[in-house]
Amino acid sequence: MGELLKIDHLSYTYHTLEGETPALIDVSFHVNEGEFVAIVGPSGCGKSTLLSLISGLLSPTCGSIYINGSDLKSSGKNIGYMLQKDQLLDWRNTLKNVTLGLEIQHKLSDNSYVQINELLNTYGLITFKNSFPSGLSGGMRQRAALIRTLLLEPDILLLDEPFSALDYQTRLEVADDIWSIIRKEKKTAILITHDISEAISMADRVIVLSSRPGTVKQVIDINLSIENRTPFATRSAPEFREYFNQIWKELTDHDKAEQTG
Amino acid sequence: MIRQNKQVEISSIGISAAQQAYINKLKLQRRWVRFYQLIILIAFISTWEITTRLGILNVFVFSSPTRVCKAIYEMSLTGQLFYHVGITLLETLVSFTLVNFLGILLAIVLWWNNSVSKILEPYLIVLNSLPKTALAPIFIVWLGNNMKTIIVAAVSVAVFGTIINLYSDFKNVEEDKIKLIYTLGGKKKDVLFKVIIPSNIPSIISQMKVNIGLSLVGVIIGEFLAAKAGLGYLIIYGSQVFKLDWVVMSIVILCILATGLYKLLTYFEKRFSK
Repeated sequence: MGELLKIDHLSYTYHTLEGETPALIDVSFHVNEGEFVAIVGPSGCGKSTLLSLISGLLSPTCGSIYINGSDLKSSGKNIGYMLQKDQLLDWRNTLKNVTLGLEIQHKLSDNSYVQINELLNTYGLITFKNSFPSGLSGGMRQRAALIRTLLLEPDILLLDEPFSALDYQTRLEVADDIWSIIRKEKKTAILITHDISEAISMADRVIVLSSRPGTVKQVIDINLSIENRTPFATRSAPEFREYFNQIWKELTDHDKAEQTG
Repeated sequence: MIRQNKQVEISSIGISAAQQAYINKLKLQRRWVRFYQLIILIAFISTWEITTRLGILNVFVFSSPTRVCKAIYEMSLTGQLFYHVGITLLETLVSFTLVNFLGILLAIVLWWNNSVSKILEPYLIVLNSLPKTALAPIFIVWLGNNMKTIIVAAVSVAVFGTIINLYSDFKNVEEDKIKLIYTLGGKKKDVLFKVIIPSNIPSIISQMKVNIGLSLVGVIIGEFLAAKAGLGYLIIYGSQVFKLDWVVMSIVILCILATGLYKLLTYFEKRFSK
């Protein structure tokens, strides 16, 4: 497992008429190939900005992003980005929605449909191929969104609080679903969340960001003694509570420091 | 297996008594609505006919249903009626097409280029609020006493509102849907064709429904001022030579025309959304 992504002293500042707001200051970390990394932090700590930078939608103010040792822009690597909501287009059926990315990149050919049908079949959407998003459950919609991203064969998957719009029960189910899909496809993934339990349950490593302007506070490796790990099973692992308390302390410590300072 | 299928069939056909009662109630209600709608129409026409016959209303000024029918009959015999209706219909459809084409195109231009939209904003607002009837005489001077003037007048009535409405609808598309296209590696062109236009089909169609009415208004205004044919011409001419039968007849036909065109659009809307 080599180092796939390297974030090197990254900073980003937003400019508005009212002034400039630093969103990220001097963020450095790396992600290994096949690793699942979760980034937690208080709201407004620049988590989404970080993903936008990694996906190339924004350009950093300072610092660099490397993939496999070469610069993000010149690496030619594919970055898949899953947004907060599934953002399936209402006027397209499931099949048309999952092929949207391929269509945009002009990669849709007759051969693609073999893979598309296979993915739809594996992830329980084949019978809903011709249904419109309004007829799908929250979980199905999220899976369709993931397939849409996976079809572009991303080297790194970015997940921007992909479960935050779902109700609690669906959320647990979808987290299991998405997690196992990502594991099965052997993808490297970065998950952003403000939910500590979600981060521990899914990730191999949790990166804690401070509140705005965001910077890396702590990196915590998640080692569990349970077998057959799934996000749901992790929640009942003996180490779960310890990790939870540790991260919770990291997050709240900062708030206290802020209040007294 | 077969028996199972049968059961499904029966259960989908067999409706409970309460449901049947509910459906019957709704049907009855609908019939009453239709009945009163008809009553109003009949009452209006018969009062009109009777009062003019009895001399309460001057038939020369108010015309009467029978005289209107007679005018329609006579003018269809000579073919004049179809000629005038045809001219108005043609002008309306040409204007309607131009309004939609220009409206959508310019709304896209404004959406595409932020600077252009900022620069043009005050001009669009002025042109939109300006009563376009004020421009009609200028169009006659510029373009002459012909169909060109009428179509330009009709287009000017509807086009600015269309641009402004569609542009603001385009702007209101959810920011994350646009982000989605970029995360999938798309360009601005993909945002336009994959998100902006398809998500705005309903608002384009409802704008078209408004435009069909406005085009008709514009065409009639144009025909009032600069025409040798068409229903607007017939109305003006009829009032000048005191042939009120023609005026009322033209108005009746306009009612039918407007409703027909609107219904046609509703039909397309339903087919499209299916």
